[in-house]
Amino acid sequence: MAIKVIEEKCVGCAKCQKSCPFDAITIEDKIAVIGDACTNCGTCVDVCPTDAIIQEGTEKVVKDLSMYKGVWVFAEQREGKIMPVVFELLGEGKKLAAEIGTELCAILCGSNIAGLADELFAYGAEKVYLADAPELEKYTTDGYSKVINEAIGHYKPEIVLYGATHIGRDLAPCLAVKVNTGLTADCTKLEIDPDDKKIRQTRPAFGGNLMATIVCPGSRPQMSTVRPGVMDKAAYDPTQKGEVIKLNTAFAEGDIRTKVLEIVKTTTENISISDADFIVAGGMGLGKPEGFELLKQLADKLGGTVATSRACVDAGWADHAIQVGQTGTTVKPKIYFACGISGAIQHIAGMQDSDIIIAINKNENAPIFEVADYGIVGDLYKVIPAIIEELNK
Amino acid sequence: MRILVCAKQVPDTNEVRIDPVKGTMIREGVPSILNPDDANALEAALAIKDENPGTEVIVMTMGPPQAAEMLRECLAMGADEAYLLSDRAFGGADTWATSATLAAGIKKIKKIDMVLAGRQAIDGDTAQVGSQIAQRLKMPVVTYVEDIKIADKKAIVHRQMEDGYEVIEVELPCLLTCVKELNEPRYMSIRGIMEAYEQPITTWNHEDIGLSPEACGLNASPTQVFRSFTPPAKGGGEMITGTTVSEIAGSLVSKLKEKHII
Repeated sequence: MAIKVIEEKCVGCAKCQKSCPFDAITIEDKIAVIGDACTNCGTCVDVCPTDAIIQEGTEKVVKDLSMYKGVWVFAEQREGKIMPVVFELLGEGKKLAAEIGTELCAILCGSNIAGLADELFAYGAEKVYLADAPELEKYTTDGYSKVINEAIGHYKPEIVLYGATHIGRDLAPCLAVKVNTGLTADCTKLEIDPDDKKIRQTRPAFGGNLMATIVCPGSRPQMSTVRPGVMDKAAYDPTQKGEVIKLNTAFAEGDIRTKVLEIVKTTTENISISDADFIVAGGMGLGKPEGFELLKQLADKLGGTVATSRACVDAGWADHAIQVGQTGTTVKPKIYFACGISGAIQHIAGMQDSDIIIAINKNENAPIFEVADYGIVGDLYKVIPAIIEELNK
Repeated sequence: MRILVCAKQVPDTNEVRIDPVKGTMIREGVPSILNPDDANALEAALAIKDENPGTEVIVMTMGPPQAAEMLRECLAMGADEAYLLSDRAFGGADTWATSATLAAGIKKIKKIDMVLAGRQAIDGDTAQVGSQIAQRLKMPVVTYVEDIKIADKKAIVHRQMEDGYEVIEVELPCLLTCVKELNEPRYMSIRGIMEAYEQPITTWNHEDIGLSPEACGLNASPTQVFRSFTPPAKGGGEMITGTTVSEIAGSLVSKLKEKHII
């Protein structure tokens, strides 16, 4: 597909230029010109008042896609335990399979993991493709991608979903090249086009400033990695049974070119601010470095951690390791308390994606209130103790 | 040793703002920067060069002509050579087509012992291109690398996991994708900046790397953007008021409990 301007119809109104999310359109001699930055998103097609912009199909040789059937979920397991995102993918996969009218399958790799198939059936898989071999005991890109590539080539699924974990995001791109198909990363929404039954994959880009819906029209399978925690988990029914299909797992010397020497688990005693679910952040409105002690009491109560703004770090009140913002860390906790933080744009850049932002500030005109879900105008030294007391009830 | 670093010029997404009235992205005045993870990849290469004199560091990017500015920055940090793959035919590429183009460019540069790339770019956040280049070059790949040690034609690396890391041994040549925990990228030196302007930047188009226009850009991309939109703006927040502080605190806590947040 490509975006084209029908010059006779274009009146040079520049509405397309203003609407373009990629700055790809210029107006030259009162005619819109599509530049290199065009991603074919079609936003301009919709806004053009004179229908002067069209999205053209390319004359690609259309492959026979009808032989591809079934929705597959990559059943990622670590140390014999299925990752939680797999149950979410099975929940979503079930819906997609029902809309297309096809079956839901899981593909399971590992060593001595055949017993996990029952769990996958209980969560809705109708078939489990099983690769059980000592070479697959630990995840390796080469080992997993070899068996899955062969399985996709043989059984031809229509859709393959992977969790966007550190393993799924490693495996899926390699498979996209091996299988010769498209892959959409970190999807937050999947839906089936009611007309052509193809999948539409929606994902955030530009740090969440833009959402893009991606399609994969001419190659199969259609593949996505899906963000953990976004989709609803499948229902559990231990009476559900299914069919296990064993995959070829013959490996030759040199097939697996990386060796996992050790797996190290790090247990961090101090929650890093980028991983914390609850953050209580303080700014210059604290008035004194001792104010952080009060914030810590609230953070401890919630099982979270304390953070700060650049001004406090510059003043020597707090360490840079807990600074949120453009020159600090970007955080997305469940709750972000901004206490005595005015809300400089550089600070907001680092915390605006938090699920819930609660601002406590004396100044009712502080910009922080513009991004807050809940705002309290008041003295934080009175409000925070009252919140702690309320949580203790 | 010859190390090739893949880099991308990206808009600083921290600076991207949404026009509250029109609901569109404001890209004016948004600076273009060297993608942060790619800066870590370059730093890793330069650190190896510091310890092993004679190491050559080559930087390659695919992008519009202005991406040359970013390559000058890489040269000023200490890279030895810079290549810009730039052609209208490369436009609109998804990760599949981008990796095909970069792999074709890398194949033309002989005797590469290691390819380093950032884990992902901040404009797309896909983390796909590095892995896909490795597949096309038939190199083993390790992603999310947060530590690198080179010995006897092998690399021992730490691969970051959600709950720790894996220690992985891989033979050279290989491709590694780097995360920010790997190192702290150096600044450009004054001398480096002066010299960077004297150094040539080699620009290659689709013919130079032996790809037909059908094999790159939008033409070769299996995925296409169906539509893009700005996420619905955050609704106006709610101010919580009351006659006493404990009434306000009580009201806040019950709202959070209602939503099952606490």
